[in-house]
Amino acid sequence: MMDLFQRSIFEENLALSFFLGMCTFLAVSRQVKTAIGVGISLIVVQGISVPMNHLLYAHVLGPGALAWAGLGDVDLNFLRLITFLGIVAALVQVLEMVLERYAPALHVAMGIYLPLLAINCAIIGGSLFMVERDYDLAQSAVYGLGTGIGWALAITAFAAIRERLRYADIPEGLEGLGAAFIVAGIMSMGFSAFAGVSLP
Amino acid sequence: MALKQLSDPLIDKNPVAVHILGICSALAVTTSMSTALTMSVALTVVVTLAAGIISAIRAHIPNQVRIILQLTIIATLVIVADQMLQAFAFEMSQRLTVFVSLIATNCIVLGRTEAYAMHNPPVPAMLDAMGNGFGYSLVLMTVAAIRELFGAGSLFGMQVLITQADGGWFVPLRLMLLAPSAFIILGLLIWALRAWRPRLVEAREFALRESRPEARP
Repeated sequence: MMDLFQRSIFEENLALSFFLGMCTFLAVSRQVKTAIGVGISLIVVQGISVPMNHLLYAHVLGPGALAWAGLGDVDLNFLRLITFLGIVAALVQVLEMVLERYAPALHVAMGIYLPLLAINCAIIGGSLFMVERDYDLAQSAVYGLGTGIGWALAITAFAAIRERLRYADIPEGLEGLGAAFIVAGIMSMGFSAFAGVSLP
Repeated sequence: MALKQLSDPLIDKNPVAVHILGICSALAVTTSMSTALTMSVALTVVVTLAAGIISAIRAHIPNQVRIILQLTIIATLVIVADQMLQAFAFEMSQRLTVFVSLIATNCIVLGRTEAYAMHNPPVPAMLDAMGNGFGYSLVLMTVAAIRELFGAGSLFGMQVLITQADGGWFVPLRLMLLAPSAFIILGLLIWALRAWRPRLVEAREFALRESRPEARP
């Protein structure tokens, strides 16, 4: 379990080795402060949505999952994508309302990033990987949390590097996005160096 | 006019290299040209059909629910594309794993429907979407060609450079098949594009002084 956690943060980092959530990753990494905000929001959404989608998949959508309703031979697998999209969008909406009502301070800090995460490939991708790899409930909770933390770590570090780069004298044309991609490539090499580390 | 809608997104308004949309899948499927081609065709078909459908019913879409409606239409098309792939090209769908499904969250598709198809009649909307699909395909195929040629010495699975394992001279660069190279190649590609078309260069956030101090070590 610790191994899965470690792997989902470093070796199989969603942003740097599966390229998921790249649009957000590049768009909101100009400042460390905003990067941390969006990172924390993603940890929360990912940590809730992956186990929730797992429950849904195991009891409603998967092959033979409707056996409890007497419909053992129904396979709703093809509805997986559209259901996950709906669940994530609804979750983001509910989360935003709950935060606004009970934790206004947190809402001010996270609120603006939440709608951004409704259509983020990292979140949908996390749920789809969970199905593809047959994780059970505990594993999917760990996986959701781990990938969320990994993504947040990557975007925070990336934003910190980009903040420093702003004062560097980069060749014209490579400035901005070109340099950002190359930095991401080098960071990705760094993260893949964790491959093979196994915790007891 | 119609030609311009098709050709503009190829270079000058390229969705991937200029607007930086749809990067997620663009980088992940480019380890070989055949996966990149499948992904390009799937995305082009989905974005064209989505733009056509949404543009045809645009007058009936209430403004408040337009995003969720667009998402539903796109997701439906993506599911159809995914099922088709599983039925007729099972091996390919295994290699693409979740990335076909992730077309649904691809910013290019939603971007084109939201920005263009919602305000224009079906034919221009579909042409515009198709142009963007081709622009995406162009970048994908370029990156995939570089990665496959130098990473495995082949193009479309056909051996072009004979590797040392087969008695040739070429030593494959395994790094090309790993994640970091995709980022770096795309970065360099953007640099090349901006060197060719200087007006795509981003404005500097901070203007440097015109006369730079000459005394640099």
